[in-house]
Amino acid sequence: MIECKNLTKRFNKFVAVDDLSFIANKGEVLGFLGPNGAGKSTTMKMITGFLQPTSGQINVCGIDLFQDPLGVKNKIGYLPEGAPSYDEMRVCDFLRFIAQMRGISKELVATKVDEVVDRMSLEKVYYQRIETLSKGFKRRVGLAQAIIHDPEVLVLDEPTDGLDPNQKHDVRKLITSMAKDKTIILSTHILEEVHAVCDRAIIIADGRIVADNSPSELENMSRYHNAVTFDADIDFSLLENIKNMSCVRDVEYKAKWKKTTVFPAQGIYIFDEISDFLKKNKISVTRLTMEAGRLDEVFRNITLGKNTQKNKEVA
Amino acid sequence: MNPKLSIITRELQGYFSTPIAYVFIVIFLILSGVFAFYLGGLYERNQADLSPFFNFHPWLYLFLVPAVSMRMWSEERRSGNIELLMTLPVKQSDLVLGKFLSAWLFIAIALFLTFPMWISINYLGNPDNGLIIASYIGSLLLAGAFLAIGSCISVASKNQVIAFILTAVICFIFLLAGLPMVLDFFASWLPQILLDAIASTSFLTHYSSINKGVLDLGDVVYFAMVIGIWLYATSIVLDMKKAD
Repeated sequence: MIECKNLTKRFNKFVAVDDLSFIANKGEVLGFLGPNGAGKSTTMKMITGFLQPTSGQINVCGIDLFQDPLGVKNKIGYLPEGAPSYDEMRVCDFLRFIAQMRGISKELVATKVDEVVDRMSLEKVYYQRIETLSKGFKRRVGLAQAIIHDPEVLVLDEPTDGLDPNQKHDVRKLITSMAKDKTIILSTHILEEVHAVCDRAIIIADGRIVADNSPSELENMSRYHNAVTFDADIDFSLLENIKNMSCVRDVEYKAKWKKTTVFPAQGIYIFDEISDFLKKNKISVTRLTMEAGRLDEVFRNITLGKNTQKNKEVA
Repeated sequence: MNPKLSIITRELQGYFSTPIAYVFIVIFLILSGVFAFYLGGLYERNQADLSPFFNFHPWLYLFLVPAVSMRMWSEERRSGNIELLMTLPVKQSDLVLGKFLSAWLFIAIALFLTFPMWISINYLGNPDNGLIIASYIGSLLLAGAFLAIGSCISVASKNQVIAFILTAVICFIFLLAGLPMVLDFFASWLPQILLDAIASTSFLTHYSSINKGVLDLGDVVYFAMVIGIWLYATSIVLDMKKAD
């Protein structure tokens, strides 16, 4: 469990993190979302004990970070941004070094290294220098070093940044597989990732929490939530008819692709109404879909301060 | 395994897995030999001692030690490894000390490899071996003081070239603190008592007194204090600079 209370970090006059409070529970994968420079990494650096907060409290698994920093560091596995490691070391030496520094007893070091090599499929590069590895392997070495002591808490700063789609998929699968008995915080600006791995997403902008919801709740905030899109040749008069339906807020027509999007009033379910309407008017439709909501739109609105919910909160 | 020991091992491996270690050792051995024989006139003096050899160590260290110390921390900061290192459950003092000790051990290895010099002089005559051992200890202490300064400068700068130059300059000032060229700079505006204090911090004074065979406790304590203070400063600067 991670508990942050009124966390603030100032660099000279610049406020990087501003009065941040949240709790991440065991078994939860918490996603930190936000534009670059929003304070995600700074928050993570404070939780892992690398940076001293200007004010506020951090409690990890019942241990206060400021009373027992080493105790907290023992509980945490950390993958810093860009997965730094000693380039001139071989993978096996590097993992052994981390295991020793983590205080794993001499007899157990070899077993732990083998375990983590197996888990991350690093057998192929076991004796290779880290500088010769591809980005994907480097990231996996970084993850391996983070989980070598089987920590209760994992803090991953952009774990999939710069990986190809297959590697991203692997890393996500791995995170999900570990999620059950750990507390995991990861930061990302890839929105699909939130959907793929996170149970909860905290959106940070300018050092403040602007949203704290499950991914589907976030999607509900989108104007695309429950919107219906269809591809068809359609008369403008019919579009007007749709627009005048009581359950419809707005209609968007893109002539280039003959694509129409119907936005519902207050996110209500309008799929049946629209499909009935199309059938009644004998319009041949090549595609008809309902949208869950667009995270990128919500993200943009929230972080740029346009979202109504946020404005309400502020008021 | 003690974390300090792990760091020392890793750092030493780090030196020897790059060309740095070999270049350093080879140059150190060649130059110390060249200085002793050609500039110091080890042969021509017809005396069975190694003082021409040891007399040039401060000047060799002046540019070789910063070359070792410059990457000690700046490399960690540049590569982001510092974040990894400082979130491990290890005390900061262990990190500072471990890194310093491994660099010191590395220089000790280079110094040890000058043993043919000692064998030759014993073959050629009957030197005072006690004096030679004292000089070796003095040389090692001096290198340690330079390294501690280098450690602090290296943590303050991400740029290795800057770390190298600043370390060399600061070591140079400390080395010559007792000589007129440094004292004259302060003489016009500092009271005599402070001038004496500056003069007494001269590495060269303490080093040459050990070199004369007087392994005085005061000199050893002096170097130990210099190392301690600069390592403490390293720790403080590390706290201030690690996040930059």
